[in-house]
Amino acid sequence: MSVSSNLNFYIDPSRCIGCQACVQACSECETHKGHSMIHLEFIDRPHTTQTVPVVCMHCDSPTCAEVCPADAIKRSPDGVVQSARKPRCIACSNCVLACPFGVPKMMSDFELMMKCDMCYDRSSVGLKPMCASVCPSQALFFGTREELELSRPQSAPIDRFKFGNQTITTKVKMMAPRRAVPEHLDVTAAMEVHAPARTVRLEVLNGAG
Amino acid sequence: MTTPPNLLPVLDRFGPHLARSSPARLATDKEPDRLVKTHCCFCGQQCGIQLKVKDNVVTGFEPWYEFPFNRGMLCPKGVKRYLQGAHPDRLTTALRRDEGAAEGFSAIGYTDAIERVASEIGRIQKQYGNAAVGVLSGASLTTEKAYLMGKFARVCLKTPYIDYNGRLCMVSAGAGNKKAFGIDRAANPWSDIPKAELVWISGANVAECAPITTEYVWQARENGARIIVVDPRITPLARTCDLFLPIKPGRDIALFNGILHLMIEKGWLDHAFIQSHTVGFDKLAEHVRDWAPAKTAEVTGIPERHIRQAAEWWGTATSSMLLHARGIEHHSHGVQNVLGAINIVLASGRIGRQGCGYGTITGQANGQGGREHGQKCDQLPGWRDISNPEHRAFIAKVWDVPEPEIPGPGVDCYEIFRKIDKGEIKGLISLCFNPKVSLPDNNFIARALDKLEFYVAIDFFLNETARHADIVLPGSLQEEDEGTVTQIEGRVIKINKCVDPPGEAKQDWRIVQDIAAALGRPKGFTFAEPREVFNELRTASKGGVADYSGITYEKIEQQFGVCWPCYSESSDGKPMDHSGTPRLFEPGSWNPVAKGAGPFYFPDGKARFNVAPYTPPAEDTDDEYPLILTTGRVVSQFLSGTQTRRIGPLVDQYPEPRIEMHPKLAAQYGIADGDWVTAESRRGDCTLRAMVVTTIRPDTIFIPYHWPGRKSANQLTISAQDPISKIPEYKVCAVRIRKAESPPEWAGVLEPQQG
Repeated sequence: MSVSSNLNFYIDPSRCIGCQACVQACSECETHKGHSMIHLEFIDRPHTTQTVPVVCMHCDSPTCAEVCPADAIKRSPDGVVQSARKPRCIACSNCVLACPFGVPKMMSDFELMMKCDMCYDRSSVGLKPMCASVCPSQALFFGTREELELSRPQSAPIDRFKFGNQTITTKVKMMAPRRAVPEHLDVTAAMEVHAPARTVRLEVLNGAG
Repeated sequence: MTTPPNLLPVLDRFGPHLARSSPARLATDKEPDRLVKTHCCFCGQQCGIQLKVKDNVVTGFEPWYEFPFNRGMLCPKGVKRYLQGAHPDRLTTALRRDEGAAEGFSAIGYTDAIERVASEIGRIQKQYGNAAVGVLSGASLTTEKAYLMGKFARVCLKTPYIDYNGRLCMVSAGAGNKKAFGIDRAANPWSDIPKAELVWISGANVAECAPITTEYVWQARENGARIIVVDPRITPLARTCDLFLPIKPGRDIALFNGILHLMIEKGWLDHAFIQSHTVGFDKLAEHVRDWAPAKTAEVTGIPERHIRQAAEWWGTATSSMLLHARGIEHHSHGVQNVLGAINIVLASGRIGRQGCGYGTITGQANGQGGREHGQKCDQLPGWRDISNPEHRAFIAKVWDVPEPEIPGPGVDCYEIFRKIDKGEIKGLISLCFNPKVSLPDNNFIARALDKLEFYVAIDFFLNETARHADIVLPGSLQEEDEGTVTQIEGRVIKINKCVDPPGEAKQDWRIVQDIAAALGRPKGFTFAEPREVFNELRTASKGGVADYSGITYEKIEQQFGVCWPCYSESSDGKPMDHSGTPRLFEPGSWNPVAKGAGPFYFPDGKARFNVAPYTPPAEDTDDEYPLILTTGRVVSQFLSGTQTRRIGPLVDQYPEPRIEMHPKLAAQYGIADGDWVTAESRRGDCTLRAMVVTTIRPDTIFIPYHWPGRKSANQLTISAQDPISKIPEYKVCAVRIRKAESPPEWAGVLEPQQG
């Protein structure tokens, strides 16, 4: 059993509506039932409704595994970085501190690091992970590259990320829009004819429409 | 009737308590006994879902990828809906009011309870007349149950006074659609949304109230569509739209009139369509001449430039979908708002084709089917009119009763409470309705409930209104019964039974039939299963606008649902196998009203333009109450919260109501995020924590309405109603705010879900 190389996981933050269906569905996954491994981040709720779902990016060279003193974190040949193995994990939290995406969770009740394993019980038999199954906006999308390219012409997948001097490539891809998008939105900006600088950049307000 | 029991003991005994995954449900080594293909119990989208059943308990879900509407997608409510089953608060016996019990109720045998109900209803009807008993029902019921409730009121109780909680939901859309199209249903399948090059969304928080619809809108965007969102708040869907129009609540009709004014001025009209398929354009054109952009801007609070931009995009598009929901409908001029929206659709000629159309986003599970088959106060099955002699004669024949015995039109549900208050209605039966939380100015509702001589509530949990009851009968959850509902696209789908009701709880239709039998009036209420009710409903709807006669349970399963109208006979009276009508108003289409004269449901086959004059909200702001209160939903809660306030993970997501306000407004009052703030209207006040965000107009505050008691937004709202649809004005009333001197009394005493 392994995840088919045809199937990929894509995150598109521009689609996310913050509904947390992913968070709720994650805790229904059989491999970690009762515990949600996904992070749903409100970027800056005082100023925007923007949210981003964060699943494990399944790095090609996983930092979490590299810093693990107990060698508890394994990447399977299909590229999925598995949750810590219980017999090995010493609950030192090195992985939690080191992961550039902030993914692993230290479950102190069980003295065990747990994280998204792409619903390995599902994805390894050809089913979609729980989060990507239910996601109402399909900000979390699990499918083939062909399906993605056919249905999402407005954005492109990215799998290289820079953190300081570290460059990471990942199995999970992040969709980036092919055109610029707003930074902040404030209702009052849209109520005025000319938006104050740095508050709103709706295209129509700047004459592009 | 007596006042409700003391709050703390009743909460202790009946909840809401929070259900979480129990060990049995968390066990990963146990295979479920079966997976049942059915639908979510909450909103009008009716997403397909497979429920896992083990030992007569729903233990979880598995996505149903094949169901075409949602393809496995679910919102958080759908994901956790299984936790409402096997719940500690579940009513498993009948209850009678017991002054001696701290929690106010004690258990009573089911048969005794039914006899008590029949004897009290019989007494009241004998003493005061048949019309002294009222019935409240709901749009989350299956169509079979909704049909039965209408028949029960008219045939068994012989009272005109039945109405339903869709009065709070879909009636403005329904009335507007009836006036303009002659039929009341979303005109297009949702698959038309991604095919449109412009999607206009007015007054619909799609991402939170109809989350699955988001994917359709995003797919339109991927295909190059522009998205226009009209809302006083930057909702999650509005965040990345192409044009956001931050309308002042209550001014939607002004915007639509202003858009039409510009369409006429610039010549952005489909003259051929207007000429051949509509009537009334000239009169409307005359009316909107006044709505020049400057005036529109002044009234709506939207800059003129953006109104012009919206008009240009709308006017010049070659394909489009316009969607709206309660945001434009919950007004004392809700019908006019809907007509305004339809006017700009008709003027564009973009309806009845692929990628071109219009739809109102249904709220409740059966918001569509529940408004078609006779639980509305003025309606008979098949979307027939209770005042129309031909319609009455047809239904009297189906019901096998003399036509004069069917009562005439009743009154809307709020008027039912006014009649209770005036002492005209003395007895009440409620099912699937929690008016003490959901109706506006709900302190009045609580006072009216206490004036009843007898009140029987049917529910699976003791909802806040049922606390006033003399007898409570234990009803059924959605997964304990079967039947049909009609979802957002007009698609009739099938709810399948997963488990049996626990203890003495019974399917609602059995309870209603038991009451009829105990009253000694069983005729017409001896159905053995929902399928029999459905078959009678098919006959009763035949020839009506909402014709279900060609639909069978089997056809629903084979086709993943059947969109009505679905005929059993062709236009020349020969039997036919009809697959249903996914898209209305297609060129050359036949319907039983126009009989081939045109695609719309009037004798001439033409749609109607309606002059829709602007009037301000019933209660506008003034010096004393300078702010607008608008209300709505959050994604993890549903309606009055009877179900969702009992599901732990959903309560965790948004535990308690907050007052959303703009930082500019907050600064005026020295309010910081998280401070306790008192909002006050002429009817009541409410102290909640502030949520300070730039995503709402500074002249408006927003409170979600899912909570009861002192946390209820409906303590403040106004009972003003639309004169045509009778929908209450939940979306606008005048309030003032102040920083609270101290936390409310309930802080630290009540759990977040309680009130």
